[in-house]
Amino acid sequence: MKSFIPKSILWITVLLSLPLVFSFTAPAAEKMQKNIILATTTSTQDSGLLDVLIPIFEKETGYFVKTISVGSGQAMKMGEKGEADVLLVHSPDAEKAFIAQGFGVNRLLVMHNDFIVVGPPADPAKIKGMKSTKEAMEKIAQAGALFLSRGDNSGTHSKEKTLWKAAGIIPEGQKWYQQTGLGMGQTLNVAAEKKGYTLADRGTYLSLKKGLGLDVLLEGEPLLLNIYHVIEVNPARWPKVNAPGAKAFAEFMVAKKTQEIIGKFGTDKYGSPLFFPDAGKKPESLGL
Amino acid sequence: MELILDGIFKAFQLLFSLNPEVLGITLLSLEVSGAATFISVLIGISSGMVVALNHFPGKRFLVSVVNTGMGLPPVVVGLFVMIFLWRNGPFGFLEILYTPTAMIFAQAVIATPIVMGITIAAIQNLPPKLRLQILSLGATRIQMVWFLIREARLPLLAAIMAGFGGVISEVGASIMVGGNIKGYSRVLTTATVMESGMGNFDMAIALGIILLLLCFLVNYFLTVIQQRERPR
Repeated sequence: MKSFIPKSILWITVLLSLPLVFSFTAPAAEKMQKNIILATTTSTQDSGLLDVLIPIFEKETGYFVKTISVGSGQAMKMGEKGEADVLLVHSPDAEKAFIAQGFGVNRLLVMHNDFIVVGPPADPAKIKGMKSTKEAMEKIAQAGALFLSRGDNSGTHSKEKTLWKAAGIIPEGQKWYQQTGLGMGQTLNVAAEKKGYTLADRGTYLSLKKGLGLDVLLEGEPLLLNIYHVIEVNPARWPKVNAPGAKAFAEFMVAKKTQEIIGKFGTDKYGSPLFFPDAGKKPESLGL
Repeated sequence: MELILDGIFKAFQLLFSLNPEVLGITLLSLEVSGAATFISVLIGISSGMVVALNHFPGKRFLVSVVNTGMGLPPVVVGLFVMIFLWRNGPFGFLEILYTPTAMIFAQAVIATPIVMGITIAAIQNLPPKLRLQILSLGATRIQMVWFLIREARLPLLAAIMAGFGGVISEVGASIMVGGNIKGYSRVLTTATVMESGMGNFDMAIALGIILLLLCFLVNYFLTVIQQRERPR
């Protein structure tokens, strides 16, 4: 026993404490009051739009945006609890209730795209070319063709529930109805693998289309509009909310320059834009 | 199959071109999980020694709890840590939710029972009379503890590897308390989940391969220490 200090333990201590030093300096460098928590939907993140917009916003304002991408339902829950500063969501009915209950202020129209019903090219329920989702949903139910639902309280899921309700069908518990509980991209992959139908937002579908093997079978109905709003979480209710940051972000989203970027986003890659800018328009003008 | 080859190719392409984003993600993974392992080693080995070397009522129960903790589901840890760190939660004043610090904390919670559980087993596995022998040779208590740690070097290093392996590969807690924020709290596992959700499977495979390489390098380093001839 020459030495009581085992060298190996020393080595490990040195190895493991190096990262520790780094990781504690990193968060210290940021300014805490400069953080904005943006709770948003998976579709805005998965399409890549926010990766384009947020660096511009951060550069212009000096804020640091923490984007937490979850379903619209969870995003609004975060807002209700004051755990987010600003929301970018697409679940209009739930949003109206959110505002009415005083959880949010300044709900502004940002952009839209549309939902589409996609399915296998063989189209077992024969819905291709139909003009009304009501009939298409009935057909799918009658044929007992597999339908994949997000099942995660997202904006897409709540839209899908509205469509079933309009058709007077209760799909829960049916053999042909399966809920993935996953994001849009993953649900599209499940639908492709299982040769099932699903409801998707066009942006995510277009960005995944390559190699997916699902066709657009129904589109263009006013009921299928997918509308995004930005909402500031009510600072009167939650004093810890970064109200100036939320306001700056909301103003940025509806600013003319940002709207131009939104309108062009995706054209180079997919041949058509993924979103249509709508700032300042009345919701009625979209056919609601 | 072609996809996997594409992924492997892409992994090396990203590594050799020193892609700044991928490098950042890789370094952050190492930093967060390394720091979490370090904390768990400090807490796990010391508390494991205390439990292993003492007799007290309820010891069996405590050891069973620790052994159960070795299988703590990361998402459950993430959920609780998130609720505790919420702005309006009990530790909201710290303002560390959605930061790498929060990820280190959650991962340390996951790794500590692993390190502690293996430590208890390793120390208890030493010959029971060894302690008495060391003490009778005139060693102080601290010297005895060091000696026992050295004697149990092989399983203790295995404990560190198990702890590190548990946290570098987990995704549930990291995504819940870190938020997978680009360039800030995105690590290899959360990026892999995101890329596969976006349909970028080649990128997801590439990130997975980088994660495996990173794990291999760290474990190789630890194994070299573990398997070295004991210095005399």
